[in-house]
Amino acid sequence: MTDTLSDWNLLTLVGADRPGIVSRVTRALYECGCNLGEASMIRLGGNFTIMLMVSSARPDAEILDALAPVAEELGLRIHLDPLSGGLHQHLMPNVQVRVTGADRAGIVADVTEILAEQGFNILELDSDVAGERERPVYIMNIQGYSDRTIEALADALVPMAARGVSVDVSPVDLMIG
Amino acid sequence: MAILDILKLPDPRLKQVSEPVETFDQALRDFIADLEETRLAGPGAVGIAAPQVAHFRRIVILDLSGRPKTPNHGHLVLINPEITHWEGFAMGREGCLSVPDYTGNVIRATQIRLKAQDADGVEHQYEMEGFEARAVQHELDHLDGLLFVDRVVSRRTDLYRRKVYK
Repeated sequence: MTDTLSDWNLLTLVGADRPGIVSRVTRALYECGCNLGEASMIRLGGNFTIMLMVSSARPDAEILDALAPVAEELGLRIHLDPLSGGLHQHLMPNVQVRVTGADRAGIVADVTEILAEQGFNILELDSDVAGERERPVYIMNIQGYSDRTIEALADALVPMAARGVSVDVSPVDLMIG
Repeated sequence: MAILDILKLPDPRLKQVSEPVETFDQALRDFIADLEETRLAGPGAVGIAAPQVAHFRRIVILDLSGRPKTPNHGHLVLINPEITHWEGFAMGREGCLSVPDYTGNVIRATQIRLKAQDADGVEHQYEMEGFEARAVQHELDHLDGLLFVDRVVSRRTDLYRRKVYK
């Protein structure tokens, strides 16, 4: 299969965190003629993870071959999948939902189910487990788009309080200057 | 009146520090009119700074009159503006006419006191908060050759900060 330059692939990568993963991987991609687009890279649980838009005129197999030595040396698992869509398709979040509570199974499912029922489109979600090891606290930060009012979303999330989860809904105000 | 060309990243002139306005004359008023027309031609900008149109003088226009629910001073022309007091901080999302198709999170003071002249050279003092304070800090950065992309932080930076200005 031959991709055209405007076709994007999504490269996903995970491996034990160490310095140099990004530089080695992106150097290999550059040297085999790839362009990079939007990316999310973050350390999760001691692993380094990458989701990266990659475009190239070369076939996927050649890109993976170019990455193979780096993956082998740094112990990285890498996938490359075709991606529909492309750059300049940003959606602007207008609502932020902050969630904290004693860590227990089901918080994410409970909160996001309520949001989904409200037609809330999650654009970004990051979460972490903080607190002491014996008393972990789950913290989740969601930004998304919704047609509903802040009050309507907050009302819908009221049942979470009874389950010991604190939820704060606030507007994301975009300031253009 | 004219719509002026907006400098866009990575134009190096956006890093230039602007000079104070010394003469309050018709030429200044004409420029302010053009700057305002340029602001209104952009996508929903509440503010614009002179260096964004390659005029390197300390001139800013701010207009939050379209946001009645947000505390604000309406339409302002700020000449030689200076922030004399900062308080609090909050993260908020910003975009910029000089940085199309990108928004990012920036930490700004939530309360400021501002000293600035108007188009006639008369000095005024303002107490500003929240969205308006953010807008002023964004525009004043332009006068010092800074863009919001120079101040963008990860949302994780704010993750554990529970008290948030609204």
